[in-house]
This record gives sequence, structure tokens and C-alpha cells, in this order.
Amino acid sequence: MGVDRIETKQTIATGAKPWVDQAEAPFIRISNLTKNFGDFIAVDNVSLDIYRQELFCLLGGSGCGKSTLLRMLAGFETPSSGRIEIDGQDMASIPAYERPTNMMFQSYALFPHMSVEKNVAYGLVRDGVAKAEIAERVAEMLTLVQLDGFAKRKPGQLSGGQRQRVALARSLIKRPKLLLLDEPLGALDKKLREETQFELVNIQESLGVTFIVVTHDQEEAMTLSSRIGVMDRGEIVQVGEPHAIYEYPQSRFVADFIGSVNIFEGRVTEDAENFVRLHSQEGGCDIHVAHGVSCTENQKMWLAVRPEKFSLSKEQPAGKYNFVTGTVDEIAYLGNLSVYRILLASGKNVRATRSNRDRHDAEAAPGWGDTVYLAWDDTAGVVLTQ
Amino acid sequence: MKKKPWFLSIAAVLGFTFLYAPIVSLIVFSFNESKLVTVWSGFSTKWYGKLLEDPQILGAAWISLKIAFVSASLALVFGTLAALVLTRFGRFFGKNLLGGMVTAPLVMPEVITGLSLLLLFVAMESAFGWPAGRGLLTIIIAHTTFCMAYVAIVVQSRLVDMDESLEEAALDLGAKPARVFFDVTLPVIAPALISGWLLSFTLSLDDLVIASFVSGPGASTLPMVIFSKVRLGVSPDINALATIIIVIVALGVAIASTQMKPARDS
Amino acid sequence: MTGAQAAPPLTKTLKFIGAHGRALVIGVPMWWLIVFFLIPFAVVAKISFSEAVIARPPYTSLIEWTGEGAMLLKLNFSNYAYLIEDSLYILAYWSSIKVAFFSTVATLIVAYPMAYYIARAPERRRNVLLMLIILPFWTSFLLRVYAWIGILKGNGIVNNILLSLGITSEPIVMLQTNFAVYVGIVYTYLPFMILPLFTNLVKLDNDLLEASSDLGARPMATFFKITLPLSIPGMIAGSMLVFIPVIGEFVIPALLGGPDTLMIGKVLWSEFFSNRDWPVASAVAIVMLVLLVIPIMLLRNAQAASAEGSS
Repeated sequence: MGVDRIETKQTIATGAKPWVDQAEAPFIRISNLTKNFGDFIAVDNVSLDIYRQELFCLLGGSGCGKSTLLRMLAGFETPSSGRIEIDGQDMASIPAYERPTNMMFQSYALFPHMSVEKNVAYGLVRDGVAKAEIAERVAEMLTLVQLDGFAKRKPGQLSGGQRQRVALARSLIKRPKLLLLDEPLGALDKKLREETQFELVNIQESLGVTFIVVTHDQEEAMTLSSRIGVMDRGEIVQVGEPHAIYEYPQSRFVADFIGSVNIFEGRVTEDAENFVRLHSQEGGCDIHVAHGVSCTENQKMWLAVRPEKFSLSKEQPAGKYNFVTGTVDEIAYLGNLSVYRILLASGKNVRATRSNRDRHDAEAAPGWGDTVYLAWDDTAGVVLTQ
Repeated sequence: MKKKPWFLSIAAVLGFTFLYAPIVSLIVFSFNESKLVTVWSGFSTKWYGKLLEDPQILGAAWISLKIAFVSASLALVFGTLAALVLTRFGRFFGKNLLGGMVTAPLVMPEVITGLSLLLLFVAMESAFGWPAGRGLLTIIIAHTTFCMAYVAIVVQSRLVDMDESLEEAALDLGAKPARVFFDVTLPVIAPALISGWLLSFTLSLDDLVIASFVSGPGASTLPMVIFSKVRLGVSPDINALATIIIVIVALGVAIASTQMKPARDS
Repeated sequence: MTGAQAAPPLTKTLKFIGAHGRALVIGVPMWWLIVFFLIPFAVVAKISFSEAVIARPPYTSLIEWTGEGAMLLKLNFSNYAYLIEDSLYILAYWSSIKVAFFSTVATLIVAYPMAYYIARAPERRRNVLLMLIILPFWTSFLLRVYAWIGILKGNGIVNNILLSLGITSEPIVMLQTNFAVYVGIVYTYLPFMILPLFTNLVKLDNDLLEASSDLGARPMATFFKITLPLSIPGMIAGSMLVFIPVIGEFVIPALLGGPDTLMIGKVLWSEFFSNRDWPVASAVAIVMLVLLVIPIMLLRNAQAASAEGSS
């Protein structure tokens, strides 16, 4: 394996979180970065710190500016304003071909007239590395991505998954300080994508290279990343670890974009130090939240509840603060779980999932048209003020 | 990546100058007073007057226009059929042959095409008595043959670009193949048909070599007359003729591009 | 084609087309080209094996019918032998190939930066520039060659400028030289080189150029390692579109070249029109065709390659 050649600094150990440590200096520092194309603002005043050996995902829908941000890091786009620093060095005057970054393109951008070997060697040849060393490093890299024996093939003779690995090998061979990956798994089918996700994480961990991955696939982002930056309309709306993004979204956009969510609108009826009580017209209920929120009486707020946080039953739950009632409108059986669409009296649809833990619970499971109760803990929901 | 190297821009400017300088010089010296084409001696339009009084040139121009109109129209029909057959008819016996015959006239040296057609006409005449003698008819046949290759190429590339599911959708909705062609295919490829016809028309108007071979007495086309004059040296009335042709072409292109724009946008 | 509403004769025609449509649509262009493009070559080949006579038509028949209806084939190779014996023909072929080769290279050198410039221009500008490339092609080829007479001749525009600037004291002889022929060829065939090159270069995936730059290649290295190799099919197609017709070019050497400009198109022309020797002219044409087989194959391959690349 070629791993030992690359100076393996200590990888981000499980639990080590440089972004929490105030003393840690960020490896990549993006400050007030803006890019506009004419009137269109693609990236809007983004500031972001990324640390050594992170696998950072930029997540967002199409046109949210994530690719433009990546291209500015690579040096293909010139920022309209703002600053990019990599390892303490300002990138403004450094052309793409001199940056300590490499990129893996969404299209892979493999040179069709060169063999796999030539493609992978290209970066080293440009740097004038000695022939023997090139051969050795190419061989190592091909082993790392499990492509020994394909060295002489042309890209046109490879499968999609193989091409993806050639692209990865080619972008890693120069041992970049930072690897930029634009939808690295986007062109693969679902099954291959899931396998490759873990491979990618393994390679990243063993080489200790900092990765920035652009993706629109939230599942991919959750699986891969140490942290996620969610982007919307050119801005980064939230940065955090996957579970934080999922469990503590800071806005309705993030809550809605990552996974599925039910949002109840309500007004504060009781504002105490360690709990709040909302009244929700939509839910037709009072909601108890077991922590304090800085708010004022009668303020409009939203409570976001993930579908799996509900417990679904045909009988009225006892001893719970929060529940709504409605009728089953639609059931989708997915095997591992069933997704219910419940119609509330207010006309609002609520999504709830019920895991199929018991093979023989057809009797207990609510059916179409049943009146059901959806209950959730007073800590299960997230209060959103924006 | 965005900025272009300076030498590219310089090369482009020089290239376009190279393309247009001769044309500009033709136009400028058509208004020259003196018979010496390249020495400026004052503005005059007398060469235009002289040109319009030259019965030989006017007669040849009329013959050329007739030939070009008929050849372009025939070439349009045959060339479109060839393109359609090559792109939409799947496999059939002789497809490669047809493909080869469609592209070969594009590069075939004109002397060979001209000679071979003349020899064919002569052989046919002595075998079946048709075509009797040579003239307009033989020039039209010759021009149709090489122009249809151009039409076929232009239409073919348009058909290849066209989304075939449009035609499939029409078939699916119950249109018979011929209906589909007239309702769906034809409107989509119309711009290619127009440019194919125009291309054929100008190629026919322009051809000297093939026409010289297959023409007979009394059928001198405009290029044949120009060539015999030009061989004797430059003369300002040829400049005037060139200017008229250039103006007509430029106008035609301007009209075509303004007319075609909305069609392309929609 | 129910035909209920259509007029009867039309219905009949339509029905016929409906029943035989496919064969008819294939047959019309196919037979036209067979009769007027393919068979003529057979006729040329045939006549190249016959003898010249003073008659109408001025050649002998290859086939004679004996009294019993048997066929007698008389092949006459003397025309080909004549092409080899008389050094004029070999020199003319050789010189045509040379002229075609060097003018193709020159056209490529002029065309490449222009095609590259247009392909990299913003889309709206690109269409205008392309139009400017094609526009001269729509005006008379003959007149565009004629324009160069006025520019290159002894008291022409170039000499006038050089003389007035004092660069030269005597007019430089340019017209009726091979130099003028080269200029004329590059000028008239430039669009044929630029268009295939443009089509190729405009398809070049920008990601590849960025990938190259990303891996540390300076713009020049990217050009020579990525752009240039990937544009080879365009270069071949363009080169063949110039090389093949130039081999048989007649008008340009006739108008711009001098008495010692030897090109096979001119030789064939004079063999036919001045010497009226049809069999020798046919033999000249057949040999020229044979010489062109390889370039034509190259062209077809390049076109097939680019068609594959685009799909």
C-alpha cells in the first residue's frame, strides 16, 4: 500500500474536534468571500474555517453556490471580494496550476487520449518528478484505488466506478494539502455509491489529506463528513457535525433540507426559565418544550419534529405532554419501516414513521382511515425562531 | 483560464484581415476612375454602367441564375432524401455506398468530376441519344449531383442533432411516417433546408470548372465569361461585378440571420 | 392514408408512395448518385484504356462484337505508359502533391489560432465570428482569386505600399509565382480548415483543461498535452478537406501561377481542352483518383472518429 509514503500526521481521532478547540489554527480560512456573475450573486459573503484532516462537506441544492465556492478554492474562479488562505498562505495571486490543492471533477475529466497510467502520472510529469519515482508512485496509487492491471487501459474502456477511482488516484498523486471533490459519487448508481462512500472515507483517513466535498446528497454528506456546511442561495446557513445538523437545525430551511421534518407553527403562551409552552393552531394542541428559549410572550415560533420521533398509536397516550390526533391518510411500506401520512383536523399533513420491529404486528399497526395519536417527548422537537 | 493569450487575439485579427482585405480592395477599386485597377485616380461609378451594358455578361448571368435555381431546387429534394435515408432508415442494402457517394463529391477535385460527367454524357449520347448535345441540361445535372452532397451533409447534421423522440412522440400519437415527416421533421429541419438551398445556389453560381467541361456551345455561364476576361488581366468592370455580388450576398445573409433568429429562439 | 377526402389521382399516388415509400425514398438519391457519380468513373476508367482517334467521340471502343456475337475486349495500356514516359506528368503529380502538402500546412498554421480563438469566444461573439468566416465563402470563389491579382501584381497594392514606404526600390515579382499560388490556396481554403477545427475545439470539455491546470500544467503545457492531441481528428479532417481538392486545383494555378507552376489539374485541363486527347486526360484523372484514395480514407476515419466522440 502506498499509504506509508505519505506523511501520516495524526488523523482526526474519534472524538478529537479541532473546531471546538479554541487554540487550534484553521488550515483553510475563507473570509468574507463573494463571487458574482453580473447581477447574480453565486457566493455571498462566506466565511468558513476548515481544519487539517477534516472531511468537510458543502451541502446544498443546485445553484446554491457550493460548486462556485469549490472552484474558487481550486483557482478556476477569481473571487469578486474576500480572501482565501490555505495553510497560512493567501491564494489570491496564485494560479490554479501552482496551488497546493487538487480537484476531483464531477465529470472526472479524465484525459481520453491517455492511458490510466498516463492520466495518473500527469501531475507528477508536470512537476518534473524523476521517471522512476513517477512509475513507483503511480503503481502505489493504482494499488491504493484497486486498479492494478488497468494501467494501460484508456478511460473509454473503464466502467463508471473504475473511472471514478482513476480520477481519485490522479487527484491524490501529488499529495495535495487539500483535495476538492465535486460530487465525487454523483455519477455512480446507488449501490456502488454506498460502497464507495466508505472507501473514500478510508482513503481520506489513511492519507490524512484534508477533503472538501461538494454534494447535494444529504445522506452522502452525513456518511462522509466530519462537518457539514449547509449552503442556500450563496450563503452558508449552518455549519456543524452531521448529528448536530440533523438534531439541532438552526432554521426551518436546514431542518427541511436535511431529512424530512414536520413543522408546527405556534405562539408562545408561557415563557418560563426552564420550559416554554406554545399553542399551535395547526396541530390543534398545546406543546410543551422542556428547555428555556429566549422569546417573548405571544411570539411566533416553530417546532420541528422528525417523523421518527413520533410514537404512533391507536389509543390516547397517557402521561405525555405532547400529542396530536388525526386520521391515517396514506401508508407507504418500505420494508424496514412504514411511513404514515396523518391528516390533522386543521388540514395539516404530518409525516410519521413506524419501525417494523415485529413481523407479526399487522393487528396493532394502524390502517387506512384509523384515528391515531401522534405523541412526542418534550425534548424531541427543535424550537426554531427563524 | 478566462483571459486569452495576447498572441491569439493578434492571430485572429490578422486572420480576419487576411480574409477581408482582398474583398475590400475589390470593392474600393470598383469605384476607381482609372482603368488601372490598383492606382486610385478618383471616384467613379462608370464601370457599373459599363457592366450593365455588356450583353455578354448579362446573358451569362441570366443563364447562371436559371441553372443555379433549378440545380439548387433539385439538389434540395435529392439531398434531403439522402440525408433522411442515412439518418432515419436504419440499415439497408447499400447504405455504406450511399454514405460514401454523398461525402465523396465534397472533396473530389472538380476537374475529375467535370471530366467524368462529360465522358458519361458523351457515352450516353452515343448509346441512347440522350442527352442530345450539351448545354443547360447537362450543367444542371452536374450541379445537382455535387450540390446534393452539400445539402445532404447540412441536413444530415441537423437530423442527427434533432431529438428523435419528437418523431417517436408523433408516431405514438397516431401519425403515419409520411405525416410525421411533414408535421414534425420538416419544420424542425427547415433552417437546414434553407441554408442547404442557398449553399447549393451559390455553389452552382460559382462553379467554373465543372461547367466548363459539361457545357456546350451557347451555354456560357457567368464564371466562364468572367474567367475568359480575367485571364486577359484585371479590368474594373469585373470589380464592379464582384461588388454587386458581395452586396447581394451580404444583404441575403443579413436578412437570413434576422429572419432565422426568432425560429432559433423558440 | 385513408384517402377518403383526397382527390382520386392524388390518393393513388399517395397509396403508391405509401406501399413503396421506403424503397422509393432510398432509391431516388441512390440511383441518381450511382448514375451521375459512380458510373462516370467507370466511363473514365474505360476511356483511359482506349485509343485516341479523330472522331466523335474521339476515342475507340474497348469492346468489339465479332460476327458470332462473341465479345472481344481490347485493353490499351499505352496511355498509362505515356504518363510514365513523359516526365511532365510525373513532375506535375509530384509538384501537385508538394503544393498541396505545403499549402495544407500553411492553412493549418493560419487556421488553428483562429479556430481556437472562435471556439473560446463567448457564445454570442462566436456566432458572429463564424459567420465572418463563412461569409467570403458565399461570394464568388473566382472573384476572390481574381482579387489577389490586383493585390500581388507588379503595380499592385502590395508593391505600391512597399514602394511608397521605401522598403523596396523595385516592384517584387509575386504574381505568376508559386508564392501567389500558395497565398491563393490558403486564402480560399481557409474556411474549410477552420470549420472542422472549430467543431472539434468547441466540443473540448473545459473540465479537461481545468483538470490539467489543477494538476500543475501551465497554459502552454495544457495546450500541447491536452488541447492539441485532442484536436487531431479536427486537424486531419480540415487538412484533408484542403489537401484533396488542392491536388486537382485548376483555377488558382491558372490565374495566379506562372508558366512554370506545374499542377496536375492544369495539365488535365490542357490535355482535354487544348490537346483534345480524351484517353490521356482520363488516364491522368484515374491516376489522380488512385493518389487520393489514402487521403480520402483518412478523411472518412477522422469524420467517423469525431462522430463517435460527439455521441
